[in-house]
Amino acid sequence: MPSTRPPVDYIERTRAQYDALGYPPYQWVHSTTPPPWAELEKPLAECRVGLIGSGGIYQVGQVAFHYKDDFSFRIVDTRAPTSQLRATHFAYDLTDARSDPNVVFPVDTLNDLVAERFIGELAEHAYAFMGGIYSTRKVRDTLAPALAERAIRDEVDVVLLVPV
Amino acid sequence: MTSALSITRAANPPRAAFLDFPLGHTVGKPHQRELNRSIVRDGLRAFETLRAPGDVVMLPYEWADDDAWKDSVMRPRPAGSQPGSKQRDDRVERHAVPQYQTDADRAAADAAGACPTCVWLDERPNERT
Repeated sequence: MPSTRPPVDYIERTRAQYDALGYPPYQWVHSTTPPPWAELEKPLAECRVGLIGSGGIYQVGQVAFHYKDDFSFRIVDTRAPTSQLRATHFAYDLTDARSDPNVVFPVDTLNDLVAERFIGELAEHAYAFMGGIYSTRKVRDTLAPALAERAIRDEVDVVLLVPV
Repeated sequence: MTSALSITRAANPPRAAFLDFPLGHTVGKPHQRELNRSIVRDGLRAFETLRAPGDVVMLPYEWADDDAWKDSVMRPRPAGSQPGSKQRDDRVERHAVPQYQTDADRAAADAAGACPTCVWLDERPNERT
């Protein structure tokens, strides 16, 4: 059956929620400049793919994220079993991510796509952070450039960004 | 990838693939490996098919047979009995200490000592408790 309702508008729902709580409106990022653009220079089947996710994924043995503007990240070994991955975040229902981290951090999924030769390879390191960060400045000026630097250093051709 | 279309349009990334699933399922459903491969394949195809910066492809997957789940997402709870009373804030409390999924994770992190694969970007060392 085709969709009868439009996509949930989270900006509108957040506005209503904050209003009901008596808080001032949440300040979303609204980009005022065109996004950067790079053309894909080879077929996906020849690409090394990087993965960056904001669902609060960490590997057993790593320190978990805290919830007050934690702008650290974790280096996740994409060759390690998914059973070693954990999820922690304050702003989404973690039930399914804790049952199968692939729903927000698709390591097995991407490894499957390598096996079927849809993509060339999955970078050895993926990066995970906890995206519930209220400081735009910290993300824009510190976290995002650090992650971009990692992707460049890893010599990936494309990066799949998986927010929650 | 995104499951929050209006937020993504506001942030305006170079390319996006929208999946109309509840938050926490940006790239699939638990243990549905074939579905998840299909979703990520379609998402990655956007690198080849999207032509203009800021374009978004709407992926054709549905979460359930009906969209009733959308009605209750992030809806304010009914106001209290007093006129003008505000909704109680029952969102998850945000603490500045690591929030482990399990106690065993905390023990594993403590046993590991240093965390070379954790990257903290502020200059002060993080306190681990």
